[in-house]
Amino acid sequence: MTTILEAPAKSAHSLVGTWHLTRLALRRDRVILPVWVLILALVPAANAGTYNTIYPTMAERAHLTGSIGANPSVAVLYGPAFDLSTAGGYAAWRLGGFMALAIGLMAVFTVTRHTRAEEDTGRAELLASAVLGRYAALTAAVIVSSGASVLIGLLEAATLAGAGLPVVGALAFGLATAFVGLVFTAIAAVAAQLAEYSRTANGIGAAAVGVAFLLRSVGDSTSDAKWISWLSPIGWAQQTRPFAQERWWVLLLPLVATFVIGGVAYLLLPRRDFGAGFLPPRPGPATAAASLRSPLALAWRMHRGPLIGWTVGMAVCGAVFGSIASGVGDIVGDSQQARDILARMGGASVLVDTFLAVMVGVFGMAATLHGVQAALRMRGEETSNRVEPLLSTSVGRLRWATSHLIFAWLGTAAIVLVTGVVMGLSNGLRTHDVGGSVGRLLVAALVQLPAIWVVVGVTVLLFGFLPKFTSAAWGLAGLALVIALLGPVVDAPQSVLDISPFSHTPKLPGQLVTATPLVWLSALAVVALGAGLSAFRRRDIG
Amino acid sequence: MDNAIAITGLHKSFGRTKALDGLDLQVRTGEVHGFLGPNGAGKSTTVRVLLGLLHADSGDVRLLGGDPWKDAASLHHRLAYVPGDVSLWPNLSGGEVIDLLGRLRGGLDQGRRKELIERFDLDPRKKGRTYSKGNRQKVAIVAALASNVDLLILDEPTSGLDPLMEATFQDTIQEEREQGRTVLLSSHILAEVEALCDRVSIIRDGRTVETGTLTEMRHLTRTSIIAELAGPPNGLADSDRVHDLKVDGNKVRFDVETTALDAVLRQLSQVGVRSLTSQPPTLEELFLRHYTAEPVAK
Repeated sequence: MTTILEAPAKSAHSLVGTWHLTRLALRRDRVILPVWVLILALVPAANAGTYNTIYPTMAERAHLTGSIGANPSVAVLYGPAFDLSTAGGYAAWRLGGFMALAIGLMAVFTVTRHTRAEEDTGRAELLASAVLGRYAALTAAVIVSSGASVLIGLLEAATLAGAGLPVVGALAFGLATAFVGLVFTAIAAVAAQLAEYSRTANGIGAAAVGVAFLLRSVGDSTSDAKWISWLSPIGWAQQTRPFAQERWWVLLLPLVATFVIGGVAYLLLPRRDFGAGFLPPRPGPATAAASLRSPLALAWRMHRGPLIGWTVGMAVCGAVFGSIASGVGDIVGDSQQARDILARMGGASVLVDTFLAVMVGVFGMAATLHGVQAALRMRGEETSNRVEPLLSTSVGRLRWATSHLIFAWLGTAAIVLVTGVVMGLSNGLRTHDVGGSVGRLLVAALVQLPAIWVVVGVTVLLFGFLPKFTSAAWGLAGLALVIALLGPVVDAPQSVLDISPFSHTPKLPGQLVTATPLVWLSALAVVALGAGLSAFRRRDIG
Repeated sequence: MDNAIAITGLHKSFGRTKALDGLDLQVRTGEVHGFLGPNGAGKSTTVRVLLGLLHADSGDVRLLGGDPWKDAASLHHRLAYVPGDVSLWPNLSGGEVIDLLGRLRGGLDQGRRKELIERFDLDPRKKGRTYSKGNRQKVAIVAALASNVDLLILDEPTSGLDPLMEATFQDTIQEEREQGRTVLLSSHILAEVEALCDRVSIIRDGRTVETGTLTEMRHLTRTSIIAELAGPPNGLADSDRVHDLKVDGNKVRFDVETTALDAVLRQLSQVGVRSLTSQPPTLEELFLRHYTAEPVAK
């Protein structure tokens, strides 16, 4: 990067070098960003294309609006359905929330990768010693992330319009998605100032995305507190109502939020030291506690933060949705037609069960992400050379690997167990049947575990056989989740649905427990774990 | 058991890259053995094979009488390792890391731990990430030296230490030797090697090119002689063990293989020597020759 050295030394401007860093970031992201952009930009048009085949007649479209559009257990995942009688309205409803979720994560990871992660590795220090303004690195990261967001939005609009949908709606959908990316770019910029490690910065940013999704889920599945959706950037994207009498003024909300939150990041940046977070590091103990004498004790120190965070976060979600569930019948409305539809679906209690089953399934999938994260810690320890000092003591490889995998297996079990119990409690308090409710939801939560463990097992399999590609586990987990969540609604063939372990999990409460899939999912998980560990014992470390 | 480490014909490849190509290494029990070679020669790979982290492709490796791959966990009770690039857990203090590693090795000498922390001027309360490179290195050194083990495997342990700490390190290794510990010391610091090592092995391109005491190695190299003689030199040019001979009247200047020194000096004294300076090979020359020249034929 000789070009950086050529930057004009006469200027002490705080943004000098931004352009060079932007180009460096784009060069480093030359694979990952195009992947994000292409996938996110093409998915809505592909989905809109299927609408006419799945719902060819007006009668079917009217029924779609009446049934699914009014179903709260669908609204909790996808958001409010404003107009399901057109392909555009259908795509905006079906994918608007997920597009916003995905672009938010893209923005968080991109900003962290070029700010806090660079400081962690010390590479930023090398660059900072060149002629570089104080705000250059942050600004470059913001430019790259915002640029990618806007590009995704415009491409999304172009492909939707190219697929024959109204240009105005396509533009509204594209901008609504892009602006969510801008808001989370700003949020990630603040997180990068507050956090001391890139892991924490990504955690704060991803948690913000999760909270935004949670807020709109709550708002969209209640009848009396719809305003909660308006607290969420993801909610704003949906409330823009693409293809359903667009409300352009809503797009002002993300723009204002971006500038306000982004401004905070720029205010915080000069008030902290390079490489340090906002909270000063405290000294630790001079000697280790007597309990710190095993790989497991060490692993606990590494996993306890994320484990507690996930458990508390999911328990809160469980409490919220368990409580909302009892009222989901109200949302269907009072019209005779709505009551007919409700009766055809099996009455209010079936509706409540379906809602709970959907939520428990989503919680199981979320817990999977923690399982993958915990299992991937092994690879992180290996690549950062921290495993060598341990394995050069009397700790054997299996014992070391087990110390981490306990958190991947039992940690996920603890999360779904606590979530199930809390959900049962909050639901039971509303329905005055605490015992029954806790029992049903606990079982519903626990049957998620075999599918979760299959994904964790596959992660261990990768770690054992293809260590360099262990992080592909994120991609596989994402695929399993997307197939289970979106597969059924886009009428994916059964052979595709079968790929995802979550497609085989009984939908409880509401269905009967079938042991067969649970048994073979568990067997699959154990086989993958055993094979992965046995390969790890025989391979080279490093 | 004579040899703490006995390696013969060790091969290890990563894909198409040959890291070790028939390496031999013998470390006698109770000695401090220098392990030298240019960057990328295969020193760290050898150490990692010894630690059972890498599986050898072929060759015989014995560590403390056992197989480093199969018996890793039991052998590791008896050794301690200091890597050249120490990476610590960000949320653990240095003191916690020292205790943890010591306990996992099967025990820590508390008195020794305290003494070493003082001598190395280490603050054990800082968190892993806030240590400088030299201080991270000290954490690993203290953890290794405070353990009661037979064998120390040190892979460039002093990279990043200041000269004062370097001296402290040399003192402590001397003490370890006096207590009968075996040390395998991979190092680039020649003064450190000269001060500490009983024997050294030099490797290059994954093969051992030289092994022995430093005195023995000096014998294999050349001594520079500048002499003023009573008359013209006789027949020096004929000897194939005299190199770079320059004659200027009665003055000669040449390099002679150290094993032929005696014969050549006798030849000079037959003519009569007025003045003579000889310069033994410096360590730098010794190593540079091995690092850059083609491997010596065996």
